[in-house]
Amino acid sequence: MIRIQNLVKTYGAVRALDGLSLEVAPGSVYGFLGPNGAGKTTTMRILSGLARPDAGRAWILEREIGRSGADVRALIGVLPEEPAFYGWMTAREYLRDFAAPLQGIKGAAAAQRTNELLAIVGLAEAADRRLAGFSRGMRQRMGLAQALVHRPPVLLLDEPVSALDPAGRKEVLDLIETLRGEITILLSTHILADVERVCDQVGILAKGRLVVQGQRDELLARYAAPLIEVEAGDGFGGWLDWARRQAYVTSLTQSNHTARLLVKDVHAAQQSLLAALAEQRIPVQRFELIQPSLEDVFLRLTEKEA
Amino acid sequence: MFLTLLAKELREQWRTWKLIVFLAVFLITGLISPVLAKYTPELLGAIPNLPAGLAAMIPTPTVADAIAQYVKNTDQFGILLVLLLTMGSLAQEKERGTAAMLLTKPVRRSAVVLAKALAGMGVLLAGLLVDGLGCYAYTLVLFAALPPVAFLLLNLLIFVYLGVFLALALLASTLARNQGAAAAGAFGALIVVLVLGSLPWLSPYSPGKLVEWGVGLMQQSAFSAWPALGVALSMLALSVAAACWSLERQEI
Repeated sequence: MIRIQNLVKTYGAVRALDGLSLEVAPGSVYGFLGPNGAGKTTTMRILSGLARPDAGRAWILEREIGRSGADVRALIGVLPEEPAFYGWMTAREYLRDFAAPLQGIKGAAAAQRTNELLAIVGLAEAADRRLAGFSRGMRQRMGLAQALVHRPPVLLLDEPVSALDPAGRKEVLDLIETLRGEITILLSTHILADVERVCDQVGILAKGRLVVQGQRDELLARYAAPLIEVEAGDGFGGWLDWARRQAYVTSLTQSNHTARLLVKDVHAAQQSLLAALAEQRIPVQRFELIQPSLEDVFLRLTEKEA
Repeated sequence: MFLTLLAKELREQWRTWKLIVFLAVFLITGLISPVLAKYTPELLGAIPNLPAGLAAMIPTPTVADAIAQYVKNTDQFGILLVLLLTMGSLAQEKERGTAAMLLTKPVRRSAVVLAKALAGMGVLLAGLLVDGLGCYAYTLVLFAALPPVAFLLLNLLIFVYLGVFLALALLASTLARNQGAAAAGAFGALIVVLVLGSLPWLSPYSPGKLVEWGVGLMQQSAFSAWPALGVALSMLALSVAAACWSLERQEI
C-alpha cells in the first residue's frame, strides 16, 4: 500500500533521511514514531509530493511518487502538522467551494460531503465562521476534514492530535479507529499513548533511519524488557551489589530509595530477588513488576541509536 | 480544476478588499486627471501677487493636457498597485503554509500560477476600465469628447505595459520564499526595466514606448512601437512561463 525504499534526503549538511525503507500494510494504522528531527515530517513531505528525495523511491498503491504526480495526490489525504487555511474563507466555503472541487467533487455532492465532514469533526456550529478566527485545535479538525473530503484510500497524518484538548484528542482518535481496515493511515506522532491506542503497526525512526518496525504487540514482546522496581525506606545494604552480579539482571539503576532492575528472566528474578531481600532482612516497602510500554521500547531503541 | 483556482483568486481579491481598493484608486485616478488638467492653470493663476508676465505664460488647458495627466497618473499609480497586488500572491502562500495545503491536492502547479496571472490581469483590466471611463466622462464634461477608438487603443497599450510588471512581480513572488524577498525582486525588476528603457539604443524596444505610442494615437501621430509591443508581450509570456517552470520544480 505504502512502500518506501532507501529514501535519502539532505538539507545542506543535515541528512534528514538516511536510506529509509518501510512498508505499510493495506488497511492498517501505522504509527510513525521518532524524536524531533528523526525525519518523520520529511518523509511525509516526500510522500505528499512537496519535497523530492535525493535518492530512493516510494510508492502509494503501486504508483510511484514523483512519476505520476497528480495521479498519486488524488489517492491521498494529507494533514500537515500545522494546517493553514485562507483566513477570509469560512469552513464551509473552504470544503465546499475549494477542497472538494479540487478533488473533482462539485455541486450538491460537495455541499453534502461538506455537511457530513463538518459534523464528523465537530465543526458544524462553526461552519459559517471565518477560518481566521479558528483556534489551533479547530484548524487541526478542519485539516482532518479537508484530508478526508474525497474519501482517499491513504491518509497521511502529521501529528494529528498534538493541538487538541483531551476531549478533542479522544474524538479524533475514535474517528481514526473507525477508519481502520477501510483506509491505510500513516500517522506520525510523538504521543506514545495515542500510538498504543490506535496503531496496529509501529515504525520507530531515528536519525533518518528506521530502527524497527512491526506489529505493536510483537514489538512490545520483543523489545520491552521486564522491569522490576524495589523500594526500601532504610536503604539496600549489600543487596544492590549482590543483585548486580546476577546473570538475569541486565541493568540496575538506583535513585534515592528506589532500585530499578531490567531483567531477562522475570520468574527467576522475582523468586531470587525477593528471597535475597528477606535473607538480608531489608524492610521492603514496594516490590513491583512494571508492565512494559511502547514508551520503554521507544526510549530504549532511540537512545541506543543516539 | 483551473476554474476552482481562478474562482478562489478572484474571490480572494474581493473578500480581502484588494479589488475594491484597486478599483477605487483607478477610478479616482481617472476622474481626477482631467480635473487637474483643467483647474491647475486656474489655481496657479489665482496665486496672489503673481508677476503679470508669468500669469500670461500659463497656457489654456486642452484635451491633450487631460490625456497627458491621465497617462502620467495611470502609469505611476498603476505600476505601484500592480506590484503591491501581485508580489505577495505566491510568496505569501508559501510563507503562511496555504501553498503546502494546496499543492498536496491533485492540481498542476502551473495551473496555480496561471490562475493567479489570469486573475491579476482580470483585475488590472477592470481597473483600467473604470479608470478610462472616469477619464472619458470628466474629459467630456470639462473639455470635449475623446476619440473613442484611439482612447481604447491607448488603454490597451497601457494594459500590456502594466501587464509586464504584473508578470514580473508574479515571477518574483514564485521565486521568493517570503514576501520580503518577493517585494525586493518585484521592485528590482521594475528598476531594471526602467533603467534599460532609458538607454538610447534599447529604448525602441522598451515596454515604456507602448505608452508613448498610445499618446501618439490620441494625437493622430504616425508614431508606432511594434518592436516594443513584441518585447512586452514576450516578457509577459516568458515571465509567466518561467514562474510555472519554477514552481513545478520547487520544494514547498
